[in-house]
Amino acid sequence: MAETPIPDATPGWSEWQSLEGTPDHDRDGPVLLVGTRKGAWLVAGSADRRHWSMAGPMFLGHVVQHLVLDRRDRTTLLMAAKTGHLGPTVFRSHDLGRTWTEAAQPPAFSSGDRHERSVETVFWLTPGHADEPGVWYAGASPQGLFRSDDAGDSWASVTGWNDHEHWATWAEWPDVEGTPDGSIVHSIIVDPRDRAHLYIGLSGGGVFESLDGGDDWTPLNGGCAMDFAPDPHAEFGHDPHCVRIHPAHPDRLYQQNHCGIYRLDRPATTWNRIGDNMPAHIGDIGFPIELHPADPDTAWVFPMDGTDVWPRTSPDGRPATYVTRDGGRSWARQDTGLPERGWLTVKRQAMTVDALTPTGVYFGTTGGEVWASPDEGAGWQPLVRHLPEIYSVEHADPLDRT
Amino acid sequence: MKVRIPTPLRSYTANQSVVEAEGATIAAVIDDLDRQFPGIKFRMVDEQGRLRSHMSVFVRAERERDLTTSVEGVGEITLMQALSGGH
Repeated sequence: MAETPIPDATPGWSEWQSLEGTPDHDRDGPVLLVGTRKGAWLVAGSADRRHWSMAGPMFLGHVVQHLVLDRRDRTTLLMAAKTGHLGPTVFRSHDLGRTWTEAAQPPAFSSGDRHERSVETVFWLTPGHADEPGVWYAGASPQGLFRSDDAGDSWASVTGWNDHEHWATWAEWPDVEGTPDGSIVHSIIVDPRDRAHLYIGLSGGGVFESLDGGDDWTPLNGGCAMDFAPDPHAEFGHDPHCVRIHPAHPDRLYQQNHCGIYRLDRPATTWNRIGDNMPAHIGDIGFPIELHPADPDTAWVFPMDGTDVWPRTSPDGRPATYVTRDGGRSWARQDTGLPERGWLTVKRQAMTVDALTPTGVYFGTTGGEVWASPDEGAGWQPLVRHLPEIYSVEHADPLDRT
Repeated sequence: MKVRIPTPLRSYTANQSVVEAEGATIAAVIDDLDRQFPGIKFRMVDEQGRLRSHMSVFVRAERERDLTTSVEGVGEITLMQALSGGH
């Protein structure tokens, strides 16, 4: 049989295009990694965050749940992708998305798995601890956790989670109470002080903690409401939407849950519902929560309507972020520049912050818009419109900015 | 035998729409495809050996989901994407 040439790389993007018709500008500012229902794009800002360019699409038509740069080498870019027909996989790039190769062994449960599970979606990607270069974690639907030790080329089951004696109970398998697109592992968090200290979020299932690198797990849902379940005091079964650890103060965690906004200051194990301090007519339901990179008392949320049939659009159709600067004791509305009326949703991976001062805050909408605030939410401006439904927006600080 | 490749999988086959592969069953043919075009199998068959829900295999003009189906003496099979997988 004749040898068939196999392409060793899939092309990504080829050139930057300035937004708003501005001339070419420096790209020394934030780079946003945008994953959508139909492909991925990059959005890069000038150092002063006044001018922006876009590159893409990459993998047009692919469902891109998450696109993340390795903050350790600032070069390796991983993409969690699938298509309507094809199974889930991970693509890797080392040139900021100009070319891509597929993982040799994408995340998968073991063949002959006792629950006969197969990965339907790779949903979440998290680089490992700073002391473990090349280590990544991936969360999947159904609620599987996977680890790579070679920068995303091959993935292995985290058996301490996937084969945990309580997994089927925690994950409500097979009668899952999952998200509309399936139950997921998300919010994979590695304690910056201890690579063996991990947190994950299950939608549904709750927050779980491991102190031994993923060999064993414990539910961590005390204090969280579960309005949709018959036992509101159950140990698990909750629906965290997004969990964040403060990078500089890692004893502090924040959580946007299906039933409220919470803060947890370890070693306590009971979450404090700081969403009770939100205006009653807005409520404290949403998908994302983002933290100020330096100030552990500052966090942003994007409230959505969780009443009636759960429209999951901004309350009363008036989009706004809300910020707390005192650890959730009070919240302030931020809607300057946002449309007076807009029926949109910001998904759990679609809000991020940059590393500049003042902190830039960014979010992508289900309507395909990317919004930016260079001043911590005081004023908003649209960067990009007319993209497909946005699933994720992550800030990156790549070495290569050409 | 000839294997017809649908457009979503042609990134694996250097854009070839028809390739050659060997095997006594559909599963064996797909294994041979994966040897030639690494990674193509997992996109259409999950880790438990099940054909993914939005993929189809046609043998002698019949849709087959059982990958143990014999293809002895078959000159051509067709891999297709199902309409149900559209987004």
